[in-house]
Amino acid sequence: MTEVTINGVARQLAADPDMPLLWAIREELGLTGTKFGCGIAQCGACTVHLDGAAIRSCTTPLRAAAGRAVTTIEGLATDAGLHPLQQAWIDEQVPQCGYCQSGQIMSAAALLATRPAPSDGDIDSAMRGNICRCGTYARIRRAIKRAAGEGQSDG
Amino acid sequence: MAKPKKPRLGKWTRRGLITAGVVTGGALVVGIAIRPGHRAPKLRDVVADPDEALLNLWVKIGPDNRITAIVPHAEMGQGVHTALAQMLADELDADWDLVDVQEAPAHEEYANHNLAKGFLFGDAEIPRALVGTVDGVVLKLTQAMDLQITGGSLSVRATGLHGMRVAGAAARGMLAKAAAAAWKVPKRELVLRNSHILHESSGRRATYAEFAAAAAEIAPSSKPKLKDPKAFSLIGTSAKRQDVPAKVDGSAAFGIDAQLPDLKIATVRSCPVFGGRVAAVDDTAALKLPGVERVVNLGDALAVVADGYWHAKRGLAALAIEWSTNGREGVDQAGVFAQFEGVLAQADIDDAGDVEVDRGDCEAALAAASRRLEAEYRVPYLAHAAMEPMNCTAWLHDGVCEIWTGTQNPLGARAAAAEAIGFEPDDVIVHNAYLGGAFGRRSVHDYVVQAVRVAKAANAPTKLIWSREEDIAQDRYRPAITSRFRGGLDDKGHPIVWTNLYVDKHEPAQAPRIPYAIDNQRIASMPSPTHVPFGVWRAVDHSQHAFFTESFIDELAVLANADPYRFRRDLLARQPRHRKVLDAAAETAGWGGELGPGRGRGIALHESFGSIVAEVVDARVDAGDVRVERVVCAIDAGYAVNPDGLRAQMESGIVYGLTAALYGEISLERGHVKQSNFHDYPMLRIDEMPEVETVIIDSGGPLGGAGEPGTPPVAPAVANAIHDAIGVRIRELPISKHDLNV
Repeated sequence: MTEVTINGVARQLAADPDMPLLWAIREELGLTGTKFGCGIAQCGACTVHLDGAAIRSCTTPLRAAAGRAVTTIEGLATDAGLHPLQQAWIDEQVPQCGYCQSGQIMSAAALLATRPAPSDGDIDSAMRGNICRCGTYARIRRAIKRAAGEGQSDG
Repeated sequence: MAKPKKPRLGKWTRRGLITAGVVTGGALVVGIAIRPGHRAPKLRDVVADPDEALLNLWVKIGPDNRITAIVPHAEMGQGVHTALAQMLADELDADWDLVDVQEAPAHEEYANHNLAKGFLFGDAEIPRALVGTVDGVVLKLTQAMDLQITGGSLSVRATGLHGMRVAGAAARGMLAKAAAAAWKVPKRELVLRNSHILHESSGRRATYAEFAAAAAEIAPSSKPKLKDPKAFSLIGTSAKRQDVPAKVDGSAAFGIDAQLPDLKIATVRSCPVFGGRVAAVDDTAALKLPGVERVVNLGDALAVVADGYWHAKRGLAALAIEWSTNGREGVDQAGVFAQFEGVLAQADIDDAGDVEVDRGDCEAALAAASRRLEAEYRVPYLAHAAMEPMNCTAWLHDGVCEIWTGTQNPLGARAAAAEAIGFEPDDVIVHNAYLGGAFGRRSVHDYVVQAVRVAKAANAPTKLIWSREEDIAQDRYRPAITSRFRGGLDDKGHPIVWTNLYVDKHEPAQAPRIPYAIDNQRIASMPSPTHVPFGVWRAVDHSQHAFFTESFIDELAVLANADPYRFRRDLLARQPRHRKVLDAAAETAGWGGELGPGRGRGIALHESFGSIVAEVVDARVDAGDVRVERVVCAIDAGYAVNPDGLRAQMESGIVYGLTAALYGEISLERGHVKQSNFHDYPMLRIDEMPEVETVIIDSGGPLGGAGEPGTPPVAPAVANAIHDAIGVRIRELPISKHDLNV
């Protein structure tokens, strides 16, 4: 059994500890917001947070999450409402097909957690691991800046 | 979906049949069917039943006053559900916040598969004979190869224009009549607004729902009056997309997210050499692995069924497979281009070719030209690489087969699934989910066929998921093409002749045509088949031909020592829409301004799917690396139903085309695809995203497409910018193949 805290809830997982975390999340826990894109950490569709840091769950074994906290897209909003990035994604009308957007938002959320006012260079570094085949990059950048700006004015 | 009880038949009109009825619970349902009309003798031959419809949609007004449009189109990121809902809601004067869109189930009530098939296998020129019937809807839909298909940038142009608006207007008229009768007031005194009916002088007010049942008793107008565009309140606005909220919290369900009790997971490998078969397989090691339950030999592929994807993948890797490849294992990419170029050389000698345009006397003009130019261009095969790998979930039970997938053509998926397992199409139920990208890939149903066969063999509900490696290796590819040109200028530098001979013509036929006034033109093609499967790829033939034609016209401008923008402009005197688009892009980009060392500016213009697009690219070439810094895009799509949606589609089409221009290459090695995943089939990433500025020109012309027309001009605009920057002419894509250190 591997114990992992998923979106704030401690869970016991019977799956092989070598199984990529992605498949444990999707198939064992039924949380399908985290997506499979490439399987080799090249596209970022599977991005989740491990103790707050953005990781590629398709190449991270379940055992690496033992005793740690995993946040998926389903756990990003709080009782107070959407994460500011999720709202900014709506305001900027970012998604097209939407398949990569869970990973995009999770990468962006990890960025804002450490750099509340990211520069364009910060955004490039944090987000260049996430492919969007629909080409929503300009809107992603605007949405990150919008969320960052609102975070500052709130604080 | 509930069906109307005994729908009342309205009158056939040029636009379509309007029916109305009440479904359980008292909801008013208005249905619109578009059919061939009476002026299409060739169509009559393929329409067996006079009631066969080309395109149906239904509009439901529920007791809760919510309005639901049931449309025959898939949402794959292009925003079609929102744009269609806008068209309906505007004509119906509906409250936008109370409008929903649902995708229609795969059923003939929503489209006519047999009719489409008649054209699928017919002459590609047939549709031309049908212009004028149903405003060309037939032509456009059949060009998309099927019906109830989402592609060809057609949803808004066909369903929206001929279906949604008519349905909205018809329903509005019936509601107004019902209210006028009940309140005993003249209909003209009623105001319909925000899903309410008001009679101001008497102070009466009611929801649409209150008159839904009464409206169903009223005969629909055979020709509902559509709004003057000046009166639009929703069409032409950037209404927020309906699908976005579910796409930011992980709740949007794609095909791959289907969940069923006791679901098995399978993955598959087809023979890497296209057309090959399984000669022998040893599955001993695979079947010993944990979670692996079964190996299914599909003849040309092997699937492993397991308790999860990871176990299935490990099982697949453990199979020892011997393939039979029938000699195709000797084909490599250089051989493919050598084949094309041999065919073109021979056609040149023989004066052969399937001629599409033959105007003037090209030989005489070439002989008379003061300056001549010959050029040969190449593009490689391209994969679609939609972000969601191909997948389909199938469950055979109780005499039916249910499938959950993402498809651009649910009826095609149903037919393919039925045929694969010997079911009647009526016994196959398709649940279409959001599509995690498609770009043409999800109009072919190889993954559906595999899934139903594997599920049948496994005797359990089974989700088949392709690896990314399988997705790259087993696509239906944009074809590799070689295209040759000859051109000539007169003594004033004016182009007088244009000849183009290329291999492998697909659709649309007009893709290689140019809008420019050049008196002598010959455009022809030669077949040169390979074993690589063809697929429709965003903008289909337009994407490669725009690169060829807009590069060669640029080369002629350079030959004439002319400014590439002015040179094109001077040839568009009889094409005012094209000229206006070209001007808008050039002016917005600041054409003629200084750019600085290592920088260049290129322009390209191309019409596809009814929209005219010009793009101006600013690029920097630095130590051999190309950086596209800015793209200015001007589009005339007739009228922008949702301007922000149109801008989003331009941005999307540009990124898709930029990835292809800069990096996109699928090449053959020993008969199979050399590339395997995003590390060797790279995509444009956020740090390479240029600034994109879109100028929308509402010309009032016929509605054009949005999903595809942004893609074709970008590759030539980049190539032309590189030439402007460093004097190197790119005649083969991708650009990453070239050493630009000069």
